[in-house]
Amino acid sequence: MAKIKSLEELKKLREQAQNNVSLRVKGDNIEKMIQIRVAMATCGIAAGAREVMTEFIEEMDRQNIENAVVTQTGCMGYCYAEPTVEITIPGQEPVVYGNVDMDKVHEIIEKTIKNGELVDGIIPVTHKTIEE
Amino acid sequence: MSNMINITIDGKKVQVPAGSTILQAAQTVGIHIPTLCHLDLHDIKMVNQTASCRICVVEVEGRRNLAPACATPVAEGMVVHSNTLKVMEARRTVLELMLSDHPKDCLTCAKSGECELQDLAELFNIRNIRVSGTSMSTYKKDISPSIIRDMDKCIMCRRCETMCNQVQTVGALSAVNRGFDAVVATSFEAPLNETVCTYCGQCVQVCPVGALTEHDSTWEVVEALNDPDKIVVVQTAPAVRAALGEEFGLEPGSLVTGQMAAALRRLGFDYVFDTDFAADLTIMEEATELVDRLTRHLNGEDVPLPLLTSCCPAWVNFIESQYPELLDIPSSARSPQQMFGAIAKSYFAEKLGVRRDQMVVVSVMPCLAKKYEATKFEDDNNQDVDYSISTRELANLIKRMNMDLKELPEEDFDDPLGESSGAAVIFGKTGGVIEAALRTAYEWVTGETLENVEFEDIRSTSYGLKVAHIKVGDLTLNIGISSGLGNARALLEEIKAGNPNNLHAIEIMACPGGCVNGGGQPYAHGDMKKIQARQAALYREDCGKPIRKSHENPSIKKLYEEYLVKPNSEKAHHLLHTQYTAKERV
Amino acid sequence: MADTKMHVLVCGGTGCLSSNSSDIVDNLIAEIKAAGMEDEVKVLKTGCFGFCEKGPIVKILPDNTFYTQVKPEDAKEIVAEHIVKGRKVERLLYMDPEKEQHISDAKHMDFYKKQMRVALRNCGFIDPDNIEEYIGRDGYQALAKCLTEFTPEQVIEEVKKSGLRGRGGAGFPTGLKWQLARANDADQKYVVCNADEGDPGAFMDRSILEGDPHSIVEAMAICGYAIGASQGRVYIRAEYPLAIKRLENAISSAREYGLLGDNILGSDFSFDIEITFGAGAFVCGEETALLRSMEGNRGEPTTKPPFPAEHGYWNKPTNVNNVETFANVPVIFLKGADWFNKIGTEKSKGTKVFALAGKINNVGLIEVPMGTTLREVIYDIGGGIKNGKKFKAVQTGGPSGGCLTEKDLDTPIDFDNLVARGSMMGSGGMIVMDEDDCMPSVARFYLEFTEEESCGKCTPCRIGTKRLSELLKDITQGKGTEEHVKELKRISQVIKDTALCGLGQTAPNPVLSTLAAFEDEYMAHVKEGRCPAGKCTALLKFFIEADKCKGCTLCARNCPVGAISGEVRKPHAIDQEKCIKCGACMDRCKFGAIVKH
Repeated sequence: MAKIKSLEELKKLREQAQNNVSLRVKGDNIEKMIQIRVAMATCGIAAGAREVMTEFIEEMDRQNIENAVVTQTGCMGYCYAEPTVEITIPGQEPVVYGNVDMDKVHEIIEKTIKNGELVDGIIPVTHKTIEE
Repeated sequence: MSNMINITIDGKKVQVPAGSTILQAAQTVGIHIPTLCHLDLHDIKMVNQTASCRICVVEVEGRRNLAPACATPVAEGMVVHSNTLKVMEARRTVLELMLSDHPKDCLTCAKSGECELQDLAELFNIRNIRVSGTSMSTYKKDISPSIIRDMDKCIMCRRCETMCNQVQTVGALSAVNRGFDAVVATSFEAPLNETVCTYCGQCVQVCPVGALTEHDSTWEVVEALNDPDKIVVVQTAPAVRAALGEEFGLEPGSLVTGQMAAALRRLGFDYVFDTDFAADLTIMEEATELVDRLTRHLNGEDVPLPLLTSCCPAWVNFIESQYPELLDIPSSARSPQQMFGAIAKSYFAEKLGVRRDQMVVVSVMPCLAKKYEATKFEDDNNQDVDYSISTRELANLIKRMNMDLKELPEEDFDDPLGESSGAAVIFGKTGGVIEAALRTAYEWVTGETLENVEFEDIRSTSYGLKVAHIKVGDLTLNIGISSGLGNARALLEEIKAGNPNNLHAIEIMACPGGCVNGGGQPYAHGDMKKIQARQAALYREDCGKPIRKSHENPSIKKLYEEYLVKPNSEKAHHLLHTQYTAKERV
Repeated sequence: MADTKMHVLVCGGTGCLSSNSSDIVDNLIAEIKAAGMEDEVKVLKTGCFGFCEKGPIVKILPDNTFYTQVKPEDAKEIVAEHIVKGRKVERLLYMDPEKEQHISDAKHMDFYKKQMRVALRNCGFIDPDNIEEYIGRDGYQALAKCLTEFTPEQVIEEVKKSGLRGRGGAGFPTGLKWQLARANDADQKYVVCNADEGDPGAFMDRSILEGDPHSIVEAMAICGYAIGASQGRVYIRAEYPLAIKRLENAISSAREYGLLGDNILGSDFSFDIEITFGAGAFVCGEETALLRSMEGNRGEPTTKPPFPAEHGYWNKPTNVNNVETFANVPVIFLKGADWFNKIGTEKSKGTKVFALAGKINNVGLIEVPMGTTLREVIYDIGGGIKNGKKFKAVQTGGPSGGCLTEKDLDTPIDFDNLVARGSMMGSGGMIVMDEDDCMPSVARFYLEFTEEESCGKCTPCRIGTKRLSELLKDITQGKGTEEHVKELKRISQVIKDTALCGLGQTAPNPVLSTLAAFEDEYMAHVKEGRCPAGKCTALLKFFIEADKCKGCTLCARNCPVGAISGEVRKPHAIDQEKCIKCGACMDRCKFGAIVKH
């Protein structure tokens, strides 16, 4: 590692380094973030949930979207509609999308994450979790 | 006056320089705040300011707790109370705590009567110790030939440590252990004789209690005096006569040479002699060695220079353990005490027609290292000097034998080992040995008579380190003088660094100020004026002597004619010279 | 890197490491690799999470799952279930003791809810051995800001404005301390970090050094810039090997990145840090003793003045702050002094880290805003008293502090309030005691500690603490009299008034504060020969209640000294002369017929 010789160099390094910890920072401030929870039970994974999750992470990274965090969760019970993704905008009720494919990922990012608009494919919520 | 500070102590307004302590400020208005650990020997650059005993605490308005007067600097507008009930109660309790961990064997303690803790207990009328706990910190007694360490009595004032490490730079003593078991000890708690201790006895001189005392030999001396088969000969060192009177209430600096001789005679010594005689003898040998080394040096020979004096046994111990690489430079002359013993048990014994084992030589010394020196390289059954006692021990013997020195007549020493020059008597003060040597060397080198024997440049120093340049004919002799082993270290470091000042001779005395301030002298209790008074007394004695140069002492001349042939002869070497060995010690 | 979607943080603090957290890390990595997810999941060893009661801790982000008491063999399940399938491992989740529910998200745990982590901001969050993680968390930005935007005087002003006070115990204003050190001119000055954490039970400094060493390095450099020092020293006890390792690593990477050394960030400020080891003497936490020890001398305090700001390390102007104090410094510059001074109480700003210990459910390390009440700390964060016992007292400030009681529970904790109630903040140890704790015994415990740890320099501390502990020993052994209690008070007061350093002056606090609140308990010991808490064995007596005793002889057969006698099927009796109070009879009795009091 070459020595950091100026404030600018330090700032540059910070920006690179921030990526490494941003995931944790987001986790730490999760209540202020849009949460994208991908159901990653066996059925979900079999239906392509892993690819969906990866696409969410990578696409948001490409677009430098800082206000959303991708986490995984277990089976939400909508096995007929896997892969399923639950989107929670702070202060709003969560919505669940079913049969999410790559196109849907991009649509959700463009409309829901960036603009807060809902898109097609919402599954009606059938239960509440104990946490909420 | 901006650097003067105004404070109030017990309602009295006091103005003192900034940086003064409350204690110093109080002293200027006659308020005597009691102290114990504190010891201000600023003349020799030692102030023991550990502030550890907490006896001198006072109330300072606006301060949460009590302040140690000895270590708290004055601040403008400070209001101090030195005698409130709170202060008194604190001092009393601190004192009781201290006494609760102190042996109550004052009856048999060597410091009884001189003990500062005892004085405080008396001052505070401590009649019972209101402390229930009875556990005591106990340690093994350490008995060396010179000094006895009884650490059960240590009160952790750390004066000895400060003296040993900061003034003397010997490093034999430092605090070890923690809490209740904390005590001043040697490295690895080894006995003193396995350490770098030089036996200079300055620790004994400053110890306020009976933790450090001399190894007493007075009863052995009494036994010898009462042995009809022994001829008991006594020698007294120069510095003794200038201090012994203090033990009998005389002013510091009173000369009691005559009364001392009378007392020794009445104690039963068969011959009352003077170490001064041997000091003259030392000059004969040492000056010869100096002139010899100088001559060879001037002739381009590679000789070890500067010549270091070797009269002081603590100094010899110091160089042997701390500077073994410099052991070729001290003079090989033995000390006056040892020269005296050797001559008494050979020349004088032969004169009397007695065997050396029929003779007992006792020395009275201002010094504790002399006790060790007497045992060094010696056959235990017949040492050249059998017993060495300190000035304090002699005073005690005189009192024990129901005499008061003040009331005795002045008497002379016996012949032949009692005759001495003025040069010999100044051996007891820093600069004295080298001045004595110069008086003789000057005349030997130049062949001229030295008219003014008092070398003012050398005399000007009472303590510390001094470099003087003395004209001896065409030659300028560069002389180093140091008293106190810390100063000796500074000179030795200079020599190790290549002797940049081109010193030709160095006199070293281990005790600050010289033998007048020796470890065996009456306790000065931090009063350095006493030391200076003793120094002045020796110069007075010198001044009053008809003969002031060692080589003019008729008894010395006779000794060479009859016995030793000449200085540095083979016989002289055998009896009067020694060699040094490096000591590995912790 | 971009597709890392999960971070698994494993506590690498000393406590969790000793419960095999290293093996957990290894197993997690192996399992993740076996699942083929090593590119997506990152495993990090972090500093302490503070919830030591339930360690080892594994935290999974970004979903904030908090697993407690994880064993190395649990790695397989965590990976297979949570990481691969997204199903939380229920049995490893923290169980809320009151609601008896598993809580998955750390944010919802009471333990964390009321905490505010400033000094501990990065502990349990970043990999302490990776400087870039620290930089990613705005690390060294504060130093950069100071060097480029502030003069040294402005740095000191900012610290003064923040109201930060020393976290080592006495709460001296940090900015003022820096100013004093700046005011003294010298060819060399020193910044010293006091990492000689010695209070029994306190471990916040160790945790910070283990979890966020760079924050200390950065703060020391800021301090160096402010006071005009180019040399820093960390005095750390050799018993903290992990903290030393992480700190050494932090210093060397800071050097490598040019954040220590000559001309930092292109400025003309140069600064470097060295580590000095201490041997773990309590008194070396006192700054003058610390400096003497650093110089290679006996660790003993010296009288102040002169203060280290004038004559410190090697007699040069020196500023000594403790670890937690330094840990706050970068935040002050990142968020601003005004942000900082809004936290806390009027005279105590910011947060304070406490080490919770004793009879409390959630033992661990917590950080709360100054002004939080003891009740919130003990009941909300600490989860209350163990086994549903009754709260009796809490010792704050370690052996130098005092006991606070029921009536102090709603006192907002800050420097001045604690002192006003006869205790002190100290370094933040908090030991909770319940109804079973005997206060004279508690005082004795602390006095035995200070007696051991006294350096022995001054009389009141060397002998006085010994005498106090002897008196307390007598009292707890039933040999005390009312005179003992009087003497305790008298000697305590004199030690407080006359001891040389803070250790000595505060040593009697446990005695004085327990006497103030529980004098009746002392009196019960000395007047009635009774220990109300039933703790002092010497004062206990065992009795058989005749109406409950069935005469089964079990107790008599189990008494090791034959002190119990009686006929079969008739009530037995204990010979008090012979009884050694071992309690074996009480343990064996099936009818609850044996009582002690």
